[in-house]
Amino acid sequence: MSAINPERRKFLGKTSAVFAGLVIAPGVLLYDFAHGRAAGEAASGRVRWGMLVDTGQCASDCNDCVSACNKENGLSGGTSATDSQWIRKVELKDLRSGRTTSLPVMCQHCEHPPCADVCPTGASFRRADGIVLVDKHRCIGCRYCMMACPYKARSFVHEPLTDQNPDVPRGKGTVESCTLCVHRVDRGEQPACVEACAKAGRRAILFGDIADPESEISKRIRAVASAQIRADLMLNPGIRYEGM
Amino acid sequence: MYNKAESRNFYALVAAGGLIVGIGLIAAYLMEEHGHIITGMNNQIVWGMPHVFAIFMIVAASGVLNVASVGSVFGRAAYKARAPLSGLLSIALLAGGLTVLMLDLGRADRLIVAMTHYNLTSVFAWNVVLYSGLFSFVAIYLWTMMEQRMNPWSKPAGFVVFAWRIILTTGTGLIFAFLVARQAYGSALLPPMFIVASFAWGLAVFHLAQAAMYAWNGKTPGPEIMRRMRILLGIFVLGTLYFVFAYHLTNLYFAKQTGFEQFILAGGGIFPWLFWAGYVFLGSLLPLLFLFHSGLHKTSYTVIASLLVILGSFAFLYVFIIGGQAYPLFIFPGYEASSSFGDGQIASYSPSLPEFLLGFGGIGVAFLITAISARVLNLLPHDIPDRRKRDAY
Amino acid sequence: MKLMKNFLLVLLLAMTPAWAGDSVAPRLDIGKGGQCVEDPKLMRRNHMDILRHQRDETMRSGVRGSRHSLAGCVDCHASSRNNSVLGGSENFCQGCHTYAGVRIDCFECHSSKRKTVAEAGK
Repeated sequence: MSAINPERRKFLGKTSAVFAGLVIAPGVLLYDFAHGRAAGEAASGRVRWGMLVDTGQCASDCNDCVSACNKENGLSGGTSATDSQWIRKVELKDLRSGRTTSLPVMCQHCEHPPCADVCPTGASFRRADGIVLVDKHRCIGCRYCMMACPYKARSFVHEPLTDQNPDVPRGKGTVESCTLCVHRVDRGEQPACVEACAKAGRRAILFGDIADPESEISKRIRAVASAQIRADLMLNPGIRYEGM
Repeated sequence: MYNKAESRNFYALVAAGGLIVGIGLIAAYLMEEHGHIITGMNNQIVWGMPHVFAIFMIVAASGVLNVASVGSVFGRAAYKARAPLSGLLSIALLAGGLTVLMLDLGRADRLIVAMTHYNLTSVFAWNVVLYSGLFSFVAIYLWTMMEQRMNPWSKPAGFVVFAWRIILTTGTGLIFAFLVARQAYGSALLPPMFIVASFAWGLAVFHLAQAAMYAWNGKTPGPEIMRRMRILLGIFVLGTLYFVFAYHLTNLYFAKQTGFEQFILAGGGIFPWLFWAGYVFLGSLLPLLFLFHSGLHKTSYTVIASLLVILGSFAFLYVFIIGGQAYPLFIFPGYEASSSFGDGQIASYSPSLPEFLLGFGGIGVAFLITAISARVLNLLPHDIPDRRKRDAY
Repeated sequence: MKLMKNFLLVLLLAMTPAWAGDSVAPRLDIGKGGQCVEDPKLMRRNHMDILRHQRDETMRSGVRGSRHSLAGCVDCHASSRNNSVLGGSENFCQGCHTYAGVRIDCFECHSSKRKTVAEAGK
């Protein structure tokens, strides 16, 4: 049995190549969008940022995405009724089967955002690359968007703030919500929650360009069953959930 | 007619109104300074007591014009004599309601932004146009009635105002009707419901203002017009009741809405109480008794009935606005949800003092405008021209 | 007379060197200072318009890395003492705005501190 088996070698070679490819490819893809935009370049309408959350990988006792979001965006982390929460962990129990699911819920970055439709001043808007934002220079604090959002994704700043993160301006009397870490995305980085989830070893949140059919996220959306929350409203959110 | 004692009383009344407005402004300033943390509103109940006051006044501002419409559009002389008062009350209520709505904004200092940036898909932005339009059209209407040379134009102006206010209340109803995701709202029934409610609430306010003005001037209105206006208020109260029941009945029929209806009509703590005891009994059935019972024809009963209708409208709006937000949003159909952000839970809300003060401040604004204008302008309805008193004036 | 006063005020505002000798003029700690992104005279008169224009570009279209960014202003001009453009009469933004009697709305939301320091402090 000491003779070299060429067939086995070939097989090993092929499999290891495929294996290596599988390991490296996401890294390459990661690099692909990890260069950000050049200075002075506007967000492109050819891109649509989105997320795919694998609820199978999300644990009910893990809150790392929420903590990371709070730290990144300078939120207090408080959970009283007047505290801002841009992302929250929701525990679901199927009323009939009793199966439980844990998942993060944040702004779903709709293609047709009701918040932007109802906003009287146009402060709520959808950027060319699909990120739904509040232009706080225009927000008058009427909270109509909070009434209109089907995901309860928005918070109102109830108190004066100080020492905001330089990248994340926030202020009393205006409405705010998940920005998909727009300041990081514009630098070519991933949102803080995605990074934290990967760091925790779960990799439950996949972030990427869902308008690019070759992106990792698009391929995965094609390969596995996923759904949008309240898909019946036809808002086409950019956030999708697997295993719900 | 205006003697010294009367003048003293008038200034005392104006001072009292001014004080209420002043306190309301202080409340608004505190809300600006400290943020909405000093109110009972939060991220679950985003619209609270100020909105109950503001929406009442804005809806009533449209409905109070009904008196003018019956006069100008439908040509009833007795109502025509009341058209100027009706128009003035409309302006006063609208000003009061908008004051509250604007001072409640998170950034009330950015009013200029609201004026210069219009998002055409927003029903709120449409309403800004509708509100300013109503102010101007009613002002023109008042002018056509008070300036003799313009009298021929008062009928067309009346028509414009009639059409405009129906559109305006439709707009108010649409603010809620367009909220697709919330169980309590998102119904095409809301605009017509608000229109009929506006007739009732506006006429109730008119009754109060009219009774106060007659009493102030030591006069009494003719029994025939009082009979007609009493019956009219009764019909409007019945009409509102009809729409409210149709709205709840359709909701009860949809399986996905029964949880919400159960909450509002039976199990939801303060809300069923306010609905049944506040709106249905005190705000509708009792006034109907006062308005239609043959033994209760004195003006004072009509005044009580009007007060009850207004009280009932506040109860109704509280249930509609706050109850509608308190019931958890339907984000995950078929699942029981829980989170740190109130998913799947009934949201709690207890209105704070500044909210009430701001609301009453708005009523104070409406009162001041009415009281001062009523004294400056000749708004008392003259059913039978009385030469002697007019000469004295 | 009033016209004259206004004229003098404009003249005063237009010429920084003149401030230095003026006892009521703000003595500003200009931070790192150095070459500004535009001519200082232009900045003194038009910084608000430049910032407003840049603000809309960045906020609505996502244009980043412009030399007219508010963070850039703060980075250069934050005081060497408290790393902020606010704080007292010598701080760059506050000092002049107090002198001119104009309210600054920027820093209710934006950080008034130099970015690198603000982040190191976290």
